[in-house]
Amino acid sequence: MDFGLSEEQEMLQQSAREFLTQECPPTFVRAMYTEPDGFSRELHRKMAAQGWTGLLIPEAHGGLGLGMLDMAVLLEEMGRAAVPGPFLFSSNLFTLALMQGGTSAQKKQWLPRIATGDAVGTLAFLEEDDRIDAAGIQLKAKKTRDGYTLSGTKMFVPFAAVADVLLVAVRTKGKAEDGISLLLLERDSPGVTISPLDIFDQTRRVYEVTLQNIIVPKAAVVGGEDQGWKVLSRVIDAACTALAADSLGGAQKSLEMAVDYTKIRTQFNRPIASFQALKHMAAEIVSEIEPARSLVWYAAHAFDTLPREASRAASLAKACLSEVYAQTTNRAVQMHGGIGFTWEHDMHFWFKRAKWNEFAFGDATYHRERLAQLEGF
Amino acid sequence: MELAYSKTDEAFRKEVRAWLKKNLPKKDKAISDLMPHDPERVKRAKDWQRTLHSAGYVAMNWPKEYGGQGADIVRQTIVNEELVLARAPGMIGASGLQMLGPTLIQYGTEEQRRRYLPTILTAEEIWCQGYSEPGAGSDLASLRTRAEIVGDEFVVNGQKVWTSNAQFSDWMFCLVRTDPDAPKHRGISYVLIDMKSPGITVRPLVQMTGDAGFNEVFFDNVRVPRANLVGELNQGWMVANNTLFHERNMLGSTTRTQLMMQNLIRLAQTHQRYGKPAANDPIVRQRLSSLLTRVEAMKYHSYRQLTNAIKGRAPGVGAMVSKLVGTELNHDICALALEIMNSYAPLKKGAARVIDNGTWQYEFMFTLGLVIGGGTSEVQKNIISERGLGMPKSG
Repeated sequence: MDFGLSEEQEMLQQSAREFLTQECPPTFVRAMYTEPDGFSRELHRKMAAQGWTGLLIPEAHGGLGLGMLDMAVLLEEMGRAAVPGPFLFSSNLFTLALMQGGTSAQKKQWLPRIATGDAVGTLAFLEEDDRIDAAGIQLKAKKTRDGYTLSGTKMFVPFAAVADVLLVAVRTKGKAEDGISLLLLERDSPGVTISPLDIFDQTRRVYEVTLQNIIVPKAAVVGGEDQGWKVLSRVIDAACTALAADSLGGAQKSLEMAVDYTKIRTQFNRPIASFQALKHMAAEIVSEIEPARSLVWYAAHAFDTLPREASRAASLAKACLSEVYAQTTNRAVQMHGGIGFTWEHDMHFWFKRAKWNEFAFGDATYHRERLAQLEGF
Repeated sequence: MELAYSKTDEAFRKEVRAWLKKNLPKKDKAISDLMPHDPERVKRAKDWQRTLHSAGYVAMNWPKEYGGQGADIVRQTIVNEELVLARAPGMIGASGLQMLGPTLIQYGTEEQRRRYLPTILTAEEIWCQGYSEPGAGSDLASLRTRAEIVGDEFVVNGQKVWTSNAQFSDWMFCLVRTDPDAPKHRGISYVLIDMKSPGITVRPLVQMTGDAGFNEVFFDNVRVPRANLVGELNQGWMVANNTLFHERNMLGSTTRTQLMMQNLIRLAQTHQRYGKPAANDPIVRQRLSSLLTRVEAMKYHSYRQLTNAIKGRAPGVGAMVSKLVGTELNHDICALALEIMNSYAPLKKGAARVIDNGTWQYEFMFTLGLVIGGGTSEVQKNIISERGLGMPKSG
């Protein structure tokens, strides 16, 4: 029994925190809010130099070959800093999909470039009706002799504007899980149009991607024709775990900011931190965050080593952190009083990100129902 | 990270499980009824602890010289888990085992350890905790029970309240005021009082469950030898704080919570509510899953605390939340059970047509007591914010 981080993981945590304090302070997050793409290639390259963009990528393809628990440690730190950019989608989700289902040619083509930070990948799987189950994937890919042609729209594609390659989930057969295929599509292919959706969390840009008579060769299939759901469902588990880790870091940071503020701000001649109403609010946040942290670790560990528990663990973590992050940031804004509501104060970066994380890849209600089904009640 | 117990620990678990299957008295199998209340059951509970002790399963992690086995904490955790899973009755000597014992090991004299620890293990002597008073609950340090030093004795006068199991306890570990002029935290001493001493009156208080689990205890010129002082004179607050930490750990156990959650899911699947199994109702499903999420979070949270203990790390803020979250969670689980039972909910234990023997109703009330006892949730929140987050006292 050892339910704790290893020394290496604690070192990663430490160095990530130092790096991000330096490279991604709130002033940087603020600057990214007004950048057209919300992305700094410079920061992305610096993170690559730390080995982060290739954290999950096997050494043979230029990465560190580490696991989801290490990734969760890193993502918690990124959540703390509210790091803007496609890291989570590219170096975690896209990478995992390719590692899971990619051909050796595909891996060779993309993984080393992702590891070095030269390429960015993203996922295009949601559609207009915003379902994350297999039935939600309806964009039809017509089989041709050499591959597929497709037309349609993918929604809420993260950082499509800066991505070099999209992993597009399409329907190649029927309506169920056994008719989904995943296709690699370079963003600058003819027929791809992207338009930004105006989103209040500017650290996580999303786009509407329209595909018009796109021709994709057979060699672009990831995970086998009609067999994409197996890969995608694992990516969804990864996404839940990753977002939970990001949320954990964001919640912890919001708590710390709020508590620090209450220690300086005085009213009635004493720091407001001495008021029981605020102390209890802070203590309630702690008593939610601490058990939540254990669920994030469990989900990441299960993803790596307990495949039969992975989906359940991912849903537990996502259901829990969706709420904990949102509730924490709500209360953290309130603990700041009026200043917390202003654009000028940094608190809203986390507040908004909490909302993004809450609804992406299934909110708490969705995952509680999924849990009920997995538990068989 | 390694979630599984080691092979040798799992082998040990099998041993414990097999032993329990053979030795657990059928009559005492029950998830509720933590505290026995009639003399016959007290005797059976003592016998049970003695049996467990002969098998080597009581306080295994205590040092060998005091009757323990110097085993690691994982072993004791496994025993505790298996006891709960086997629905064994709670240990009657729990306060001695989980609160006084560790305190004596840390602060007691060698003589005190040799005198008291062995009989705690065998349940030959049962201990109760004399902390709360009518005017000193959450503000425990304002306690007023006096102990004046006369010769080589303390003379104790005053009153304790909410004293669990005092009616059949042999001894009390008790906080008394030994210096009325000192600031309130610095005039308190920690003493061991023989409950058979002349001048002690115990009056049971009936709880809302209908049981008399706790008592009022009155002291009228009770004489206590000075040798029964634990730690330094007037330093009892520090000693007690240590004991309280152990108590909060004890109240925060999660195996039992996991079992209750399983039972709740079973209840929701089997009990018809408005014409269909309760678990078919989407709102009930949501609430079951919400509780399950909290239960699982606490399960892994407890593994984290255990890991810290194994590695000898300071428990930290995580340990402070165990009692607060654990007790409220248990109560919330029972509350949903009652909602599922609907019209059947208000039936009493033992009533005709009562579901699950009335365990849920009993536990619903009992667990509310745990939210209050050992420091209310509000006190826990003060502790978390002050000691965990460094927020200032409320002034």
